Amino acid sequence: MKTDIILCGVGGQGILSIATIIGEAAMKENLYIKQAEVHGMSQRGGDVQSNLRISSNPIQSDLIPLGGADVIISMEPMEALRYLPFLAKEGWIITSSTPFVNIPNYPDIETIKADLEKLPNVIMLDIEQKAKDAGVPRSANVILLGAAQKALGIEYEKLEDAIRRVFGRKGEAIVDANIKALGIGAAYSK
Amino acid sequence: MKKLLLGDEAIAQGALDAGLSGVYAYPGTPSTEITEYIQMSPLAKERGVHSRWSTNEKTAMEAALGMSYMGKRALVCMKHVGLNVCADPFVNSAMTGTNGGIVVLVADDPSMHSSQDEQDSRFYGKFAMIPTLEPSSQQEAYDMMSEAYELSEKLQLPILMRVTTRMAHSRAVVQCADEARQPNELNYNAKASNWVLLPAFARKRNDIVTAQQPLLEQMAVDSKYNRYEDGKNQELGIIASGIAYNYLMECFPNGCPYPVLKISQYPIPKKLIRRMTDDCQYVLIAEEGQPFIEDQVRGVMPGNAVIKGRLTGELPRTGELNPDLIKKALGMEIGENYATCEDVAPRPPALCQGCGHRDVYAALNEVLLNYPNARVFGDIGCYTLGFLPPYKAIHSCVDMGASITMAKGASDAGQWPAVAIIGDSTFTHSGMTGLLDAVNENANITVIISDNLTTAMTGGQDSAGTNKFEAICRGLGVSEEHLKVVVPLPKNMEEIKKTIDEEINYHGVSVIIPRRECMQTLQRHLKQKKAAK
Repeated sequence: MKTDIILCGVGGQGILSIATIIGEAAMKENLYIKQAEVHGMSQRGGDVQSNLRISSNPIQSDLIPLGGADVIISMEPMEALRYLPFLAKEGWIITSSTPFVNIPNYPDIETIKADLEKLPNVIMLDIEQKAKDAGVPRSANVILLGAAQKALGIEYEKLEDAIRRVFGRKGEAIVDANIKALGIGAAYSK
Repeated sequence: MKKLLLGDEAIAQGALDAGLSGVYAYPGTPSTEITEYIQMSPLAKERGVHSRWSTNEKTAMEAALGMSYMGKRALVCMKHVGLNVCADPFVNSAMTGTNGGIVVLVADDPSMHSSQDEQDSRFYGKFAMIPTLEPSSQQEAYDMMSEAYELSEKLQLPILMRVTTRMAHSRAVVQCADEARQPNELNYNAKASNWVLLPAFARKRNDIVTAQQPLLEQMAVDSKYNRYEDGKNQELGIIASGIAYNYLMECFPNGCPYPVLKISQYPIPKKLIRRMTDDCQYVLIAEEGQPFIEDQVRGVMPGNAVIKGRLTGELPRTGELNPDLIKKALGMEIGENYATCEDVAPRPPALCQGCGHRDVYAALNEVLLNYPNARVFGDIGCYTLGFLPPYKAIHSCVDMGASITMAKGASDAGQWPAVAIIGDSTFTHSGMTGLLDAVNENANITVIISDNLTTAMTGGQDSAGTNKFEAICRGLGVSEEHLKVVVPLPKNMEEIKKTIDEEINYHGVSVIIPRRECMQTLQRHLKQKKAAK
């Protein structure tokens, strides 16, 4: 198997914890992993992305070529579109529908949603609201991960196990909240 | 033992497993995580490995020299521009040589994701006449560390390791040693005649180091990290160094049809390059950073081959490489892809909501409305973002500490008001000496040390001067009446404005210290407190 993933959002939205869970699941399966992150200045409210590649064969480049990403997982709808040239024609976008407006010229959200809906494979969810409704407000990002499960090609149980290992030392309550969030998202996975 | 590690973490683990006794560093993207990893390492704690942040890269490099002098292994880490700050001890460390091994790890930032230039540190390695390593993978980065220390102690030279952003900040699975080598014992083998760089003695060392150069080149030819891979189609040969090698291989999932020379150890292995220029009609050179190899190949290899690379436009002259640029240089098709979405707006980084720098700029801007010719000399840190809207508050940002010295120079030229704005960590890194210059001439400048109690830009590392700023300023001779501390909060706006206005109108050196904790570290501290309950 080989899945190339772009994780994106705005600095501070928690894309790296999604990457950590996927990485943990992949490592357990003895898959090869490369994950390029962005640290530093852009983490201050700027656009951030991470290239995550998992494969059963050795991986060369840390960066995904144009048109090569199988999945874009985005914590923010406009950010999902920023990396469009990297998405494979039949690739999936799994994105939050809630805009993060910290710039004066943020486009009309309806335009952004329309741009997304034009694409063949998009799952757009109000993860913030769903997280609040389910009483797991801190786990919105894991709902998004759940929604991406099928596109990622990683079995649900393996993501669940990875959550247990990643959050285990933070206590049972946090593990449970994240597993609940994963389940909520997985219901939308296609 | 397999671990999923950032390139930076692989370097740190490699150093620890090589029997490291101390890491010395000043935070700088993309090198920061090396020292942070060692600070968090249980092994480092158990062994008492030094890992506290240094005040700047020069103090770091010199402390590492001291540790080496006593026979132990030291690591110095910095971003590329930090090497400029420690260039003096770095270059001279080749003259003194080492006792315990030294690795100088420099993380370059091509495309300037978080930097003010994209200088290529390999030039420094050549300049100082020391071996330079440039790993192509996280595994190589890990493996190279123990070999670098062996090499350093064998050659009695420091070793430069150069990585770039994508190596520093990319994770991969790394096979690590099950057991770490024991650190060296303290010894008195360092000879004063090597370490006292009086001209007569330094000349001898210079001769020795110069005479070592052919050996270093032969080592590069024999290095397992430099590899000549045969290819069927000899029309083209490709030289790829460091991470560019990965981008190249990405283009050929079933193996590259052309001969490839992978370079990860310098000085450049001329013998291997000559083989390629003899065998191939064209040679493409792919390297991350400046055309370091390309320039040398053009200079010393008349050969038959036509050289292509960054200097001839097949690859862009500046900026990071990626698999698509390599494909283009090879004349290969780029995969089918979507066009850029025109509706996406740029989202530049910004000061955090609630950040104290915001209140400082808000006050400063209001005061300066009355001084239309005022110039504000900025510095390196989060507060450089004050240049962007909505504040548009600074007029320069050059290098660590330049705010104070440039304000002084501007004042010398007749400018008033000349305001310097500098962060707490930048001030202790390189601002103190400039403030002394200003005090000695009672320059007509107003210095704002915006103190958020941390090195914020790089993620909230300890700041060397915390709780000492008033004492430092007094010690440097700033007068008590013109040393003011304020708390940057909207409710204190009137007081801050009044203070700034008064100090601008004092014709001499004044220092204003707005002090309030960084929002990022504050949130982290609150979380830790909550968790502790």
